Order: sequence, then structure tokens, then C-alpha cells
Amino acid sequence: MKREEILQKYTPELENILFILHDLQDNNPQHYLSKEDLEAVANYLNVPYSYVHGVATFYSMFSLKPRGKYIIRVCESPACHLMGSSNIIYELAKLLGIGIGETTSDGLFTLELSSCLGVCGVAPAMMINDEVYGNLTPEKIRQIIEEKRRER
Amino acid sequence: MPKRLDVLICSGAACISNNSQLIRKKLEEVIAKEGLQEEVAIIETGCMGPCELGPVMLVYPDGTFYIRLKEEDVEEIVKEHFLKGRPVRRLLWETPEARKIAEEKKQIPFFEKQFKIALANCGKIDPENIEEYIATGGYEALGKVLTEMKPEEVIDEIIKSGLRGRGGAGFPTGLKWKFTREAQGNEKYVICNADEGDPGAFMDRAILEGDPHAVIEGMAIAAYAIGAKQGYIYVRAEYPLAVKRLEIAIKQARKYGLLGKNIFETGFEFDVELRMGAGAFVCGEETALIASIEGKRGQPKPKPPYPAQSGLWGKPTLINNVETLANVRHIILSGASWFSSIGTEKSKGTKVFALSGKVVNTGLVEVPMGITLRELVYDIGGGVPNGKKFKAVQIGGPSGGCVPEKYLDTPVDYESLKELGTIMGSGGLIVLDEDDCMVNIAKFFLEFTMEESCGQCVPCRVGLKQMYDILDRITRGEGREEDIELLEKLGKEIQTTSLCGLGQSAPNPVLSTIKYFREEYMEHIKERKCRAGVCQFKKEEKLETAIEKIKDII
Amino acid sequence: MKLEDLRRIREKAEREMKLREGKARIKIIVGMGTSGIAAGAREVLKVFLEEVEKRNLKDVIVTQTGEKGLASHEPVVEIHEEDKPIIVYGNVTPELVRRIVAEHIVNSNPVSDYVIEVRE
Repeated sequence: MKREEILQKYTPELENILFILHDLQDNNPQHYLSKEDLEAVANYLNVPYSYVHGVATFYSMFSLKPRGKYIIRVCESPACHLMGSSNIIYELAKLLGIGIGETTSDGLFTLELSSCLGVCGVAPAMMINDEVYGNLTPEKIRQIIEEKRRER
Repeated sequence: MPKRLDVLICSGAACISNNSQLIRKKLEEVIAKEGLQEEVAIIETGCMGPCELGPVMLVYPDGTFYIRLKEEDVEEIVKEHFLKGRPVRRLLWETPEARKIAEEKKQIPFFEKQFKIALANCGKIDPENIEEYIATGGYEALGKVLTEMKPEEVIDEIIKSGLRGRGGAGFPTGLKWKFTREAQGNEKYVICNADEGDPGAFMDRAILEGDPHAVIEGMAIAAYAIGAKQGYIYVRAEYPLAVKRLEIAIKQARKYGLLGKNIFETGFEFDVELRMGAGAFVCGEETALIASIEGKRGQPKPKPPYPAQSGLWGKPTLINNVETLANVRHIILSGASWFSSIGTEKSKGTKVFALSGKVVNTGLVEVPMGITLRELVYDIGGGVPNGKKFKAVQIGGPSGGCVPEKYLDTPVDYESLKELGTIMGSGGLIVLDEDDCMVNIAKFFLEFTMEESCGQCVPCRVGLKQMYDILDRITRGEGREEDIELLEKLGKEIQTTSLCGLGQSAPNPVLSTIKYFREEYMEHIKERKCRAGVCQFKKEEKLETAIEKIKDII
Repeated sequence: MKLEDLRRIREKAEREMKLREGKARIKIIVGMGTSGIAAGAREVLKVFLEEVEKRNLKDVIVTQTGEKGLASHEPVVEIHEEDKPIIVYGNVTPELVRRIVAEHIVNSNPVSDYVIEVRE
């Protein structure tokens, strides 16, 4: 969907800004908000660019730099931490060859840390885009990443 | 056409190595020869259990269990048992009579002590089908309220029930409704705070995913009571399934005329819209949430004025937590006296807790207020796994504190927990064992609040970082003698001078662990020792640096 | 709609949810809250549907529900059968599903090792 089409889905009111930013980001194959996106939103809502920039940078789910097709968010909150989330993060970093906040060179995966995902009962856990995976082990992670690689 | 006989052949690894496949082939041959293909089904299953007795075969419906089969036995079994109905005795394993499930009573005590009100429908209905909700009495309460009660009577009922806010603060719900009703203005709003951000808490997620209509109905009743026509549910974006189920529920409710104009033909109108967050814990704070809905950075404002007087777009606004709202319809249908007969004198009703960490049964439980922590952790939670020793239970997430073993018999209610130096919080309960370091845990919670700070006020923005740095030094073996007092002093200052609840309660985990586990702090500082074996005391590599190093190697 | 209409919907829905109307002998309910899904409930649901279809079990319904609560035992599945206690299975895997269908659903013999609750 093009940027203009996305904007037109919403009335140009300030209260729609989070919906608009989410929508623009989700529709970008690199899952981020570009400078042009922010400018377009500022124009559409009739507010200064700095305002939109301020909102986009306040909320942790928005990225202003390009990311991968699959955003991996590993929960590092206390319940997952107790159940070994550091191991999981390590495994993923090793498996993908990237650090936290970085994207693989083939543009497939971005590794990020997240606050509590709300599935503490099956800790340690992670989300890849909208899907949640729990009871993670190094073996399971390898399987999941393989699956995602095949899906492309 | 179901077959007369089901023959299950075990093809677990052990049986296969014992030639169960040969048995199966022979069975197929003989059955074909005797013309029994239409009557006998052959099913391969995974390991059935008693591998030393393999190859095994189970015949239903009579449940005959053949063991140590050989190819030569097959013909006899088919002829004698399948055709003539006479099981071959010498090949049987007499399974114990008491395989009757009802007698075995495989009960995990997890379920026994629970009393479900807010979670009544979770796990019982299909949340994407409004008619299943209606079948459990859904929207009856709204109907009753609109046709038989005046708004003031609804508020009285909620006040009488003793319901208190389940989001953490425990403010009497009925009073909040009363204040919002009495506020000046005829444009009012109802907001459901579904921005459950406490680490370790997932009660609200379960209700939103499992019984979204209960929340909608609760909001509608509240709207009638305070005089609002529009409601918003603010959901965190990390809960995509909850968002989806809420969207479906709202659509269905509108279709059935339970949201919109002239509900139940009484002239009452109310509609609900979803609003999403975008990953900011502070937006769970009322005023920050309101700012977020208005399209601003989610930064809190000083109170007063309270949202009841001046909230969304400056109008009187009622904000309630998901679990609080889910209780409303039950109070209306079963009455305030019923609700207040459950729980303790000042804490009525039930509370949903999310058990996680070092406990056997992790998950959600709903229990009457007044149950002891010991019952929660041991009877319902099943205790600490792997033979480890219990150390503490952390309640109330990043705003709460920990409770050590000697206070486990404290009843769970708002006042008793406050006396211990913690809070009820939203319901997250993390169990810790002997392998967990209390200093490290405090540091972890503080890291969370420090990162989630909106940055507006100095006590929180600067103070939390200072506290964190001290804790970091202690866990690296560079603690100094005056550190504990410094933490206590800083903590108290931040508590009293922060602008909002996030800063005011962020020091709690630190102060609480110092209160009950001072010796551990002392050991870290004076002896460079971590009794749980967690803190490494060398120039501890932060996870990020360690990962950088891996990248260089790859 | 009027309040009476709500009550009529309720009665009809209550009847359909019970098994007495002869619509189904057995109802299989898979817990599909995010905890369950994170532990693999989607696969479990899929295999139940496959098995029921493969064996052409016309009197069995497979359906879903929200968060069940016992996260450490997810995926959790409930088997409802007329005039019998409700049997709840925990830690269900696609392998176990095939056993449950063969032994419990078709032949009325619950797989006792994986039962975590029996409820009236």
C-alpha cells in the first residue's frame, strides 16, 4: 500500500497518530519509519515535523532505522531472566551473527530486546513480528529460525 | 463407518527394534486372508510405555493388552480373538482394574483452591463468539441496569460491594465512579486501561483474549453510571491477539445492538473504540495514558487535577483496569452482598495472580482475598521445583517488593501487604529460589524502571540512574560501605519527590530487598561474595559486549 | 434488540453449547490464549482437526477457548462428553493428539498419564 493510501484511511486528527505510525511501519518491508514518512504525517496532521519525531522516538516499538523482515524481540524482563533469557539471547546472537539492535546482512532478521511480553508462564519467551514463542531452548530456537528462513 | 475392532500397534523405537513392523505386516496379511479388513482397523501409535514387554498391541473396545508378541502369534490372535471373541490368555498382560480415570483422581491442587469471578469464562467459552458469552448470562447485567436501576443505584451497589481497583492502587472503584459522575460537564469518557506492562503480569491479557465481552459490558455499565457515551480501550501493542479478539468482540456487540444507539430500546447510547500503545510502560499511568490517546508523547502530568475532574481532552474521565471491569457484571447480577461476603474485611472479592519464576505450576490463578502467600506458592503453585529452597516471592512487579519465607503466612490483601513493605500490585507474583541473587533481582527491576522513565522529572530521570549505578558496582564487587545507606536515602527521596507513580514506586524493590536481605548486600560489599552464585565479580561483561565479541569471531 | 430478545438468544445458545441436542457426542476444546499458542497450541488444534476429518468423526466438535490458566502445562485440551466427567489433558503434543483421538475419543479410554484434571 502506498503512503498516501495509508494516511487516507484515517481522519487527519492528532489522536490517530499512533495508528498511522504503526500502519506505516508495518507496511514497510523494512519495518521502520523513514524521514519521508514522518514528514508526510506532519503534513497530514498539520503539526511540526519535530512533533511527529518526538512522538515516534518516545515509543520503543517504532524504529527510525531500517530493520529486517522478521523482528525478533526477546523478553528480558525478570521472569524470563530468571528462566534463562540471557542464554536465549546469546544463542540467537551466535546463530544469526548479529548483536542486539542489528540486522542480518540478508535483511531477514533483526534482534531486539523487549520488556515483558505477558507470557511469563512459558518463560523464556520471544516474539517474531506478531507471533509468540515460549518454553524456548537453544534447540527450539534453531528450529524456529530454520522455519522462518524456509518461509521466505 | 467405525470399525468393530481397533488394533493399536506400538511403533515406538523400542518396539520397532523388536520387530513390531513385522508383526504389523503379518497382521495385515492374516486380516486380509480372513476377510476382516472392513471390521478391523490397524493403527500405529507412538510409545505406549512398557518397552521391556514389547512388541505390544492393544485391542479396543475391550482394552486387551498383548505383550511380547512374535510373528507366529498373529494367526492365533486373529482367529481366536478377532473372529471368535476369545482373547489369547497366555499372551496377555493383566492390566490393573483400577485404570478407571475417575478413581485415579489425577487432580493437581492447582484447581482446587481457586474461585473464579473475573476469569469465570476464560477457558470455557469461545471468545470469538458473542453467543457463547450471552449463554453464560452475558449482557444480562447491562440489561438489568438499563431497565431496572438508576445510575446512582448502580454506583451505590459498586460502593457497597467493596470492589477496589485491581490495577495496583486499590482505590475504591465505586468512589471513583461517584466522583466522575459528580464532576461538572456532560461530555464524559470511560477508559479501560489495558496497558498491562508490569513484568510478570499477564492477568489482563488472559481476560482480554478469553472474555473480551466482560470488559465491554463492564465499561457500558460504568458509562451508564457516570453519564458517558464514549469509551476507549487502550491496549498495549505487544498483545496482538488481544487486539484482534477485542476488535471482533466490538464488531459483534455492535451488530447485536449491544453497543451503539438505543441499547435495549432504553435510549441509552454507548460505543467503544480501541486505541493501541506502542511500547511505553509509563503509558499505564492514567495521565500518561490519556496523553497517549490524545496523540502526544505519553508523559504523565501532576495530579490533581485527577482524571475524574479533568481527563481526556480536559473532560471528566473514568479510568478502570481490565480485571476491575470484568468483576462489574457479576456484582450487578449476584449482588453487592454476595461479592462482599468473599475476601477479608477491607479487601473484598477475589484477585487474579500470575505465578511465574521458580514454581512448579506457572500460570494464572484467581483466589479469594485473604488466602495466604504460602497457600499460593505451595498448595496452588506446587512449590519450588528441582528440590531447591524457597527464597522469596516478588509481588507487585517493579513497583513492589519481596516477601521472605518467614512472612509467607501473611494473608493476601491490600493492607497486610502494605505493612510488609510491598504492594498488591496488578497481580504478578515471581517466585525466587536459592539460586537467585536478591541484589541482582533488585538491579533488574530498577533497570526496567530506569529505561521506562519518561525523563520529565529529575528525581526519576537522574535519581534512578544513580541508584542503578550503585547497584551495578555492588554486583561487580566494587561496593562501598556507605552504599546501603546511600541507596536507602536516595530511594526515599525519589519516592517522595517524583512526579508520577513510576518514579514514586521504582525504589520499592531495592528498599524491600535491603530490608529483608541486608546480609546479602553486606556479603557483596564486604566479602565480594554472592551466595546464590549469580554475580561474577570480575569486570562483568555486559551482555552486549559479550555479543560483540562473538560477532568478531564469526 | 429488546431484553427479551437477549434471553431468547441465551436459551438457544445454552442448548447448542450442551451436547444434548444430539449435535455432538464429544466436544474437544483447545486452549488458545497466547500462552497456549506460544507453547504450540495451534499445531495441536490443527492435528485434532486433521484426525477428526481423517476418521470421519461426525459427532465430534473441535473448538477453541481463551487463556486456560495453567501456563506450565500448556497446551491444555479439555474433552467434554455427555454424562461423563470432563477430562483435562496437559502438555499436549501433536503425537499425543493422535493417541487421544484413537484411545479416548474413539474407544473411551482416556490416556491417563497425561490427564491433569477430572471435573464434574
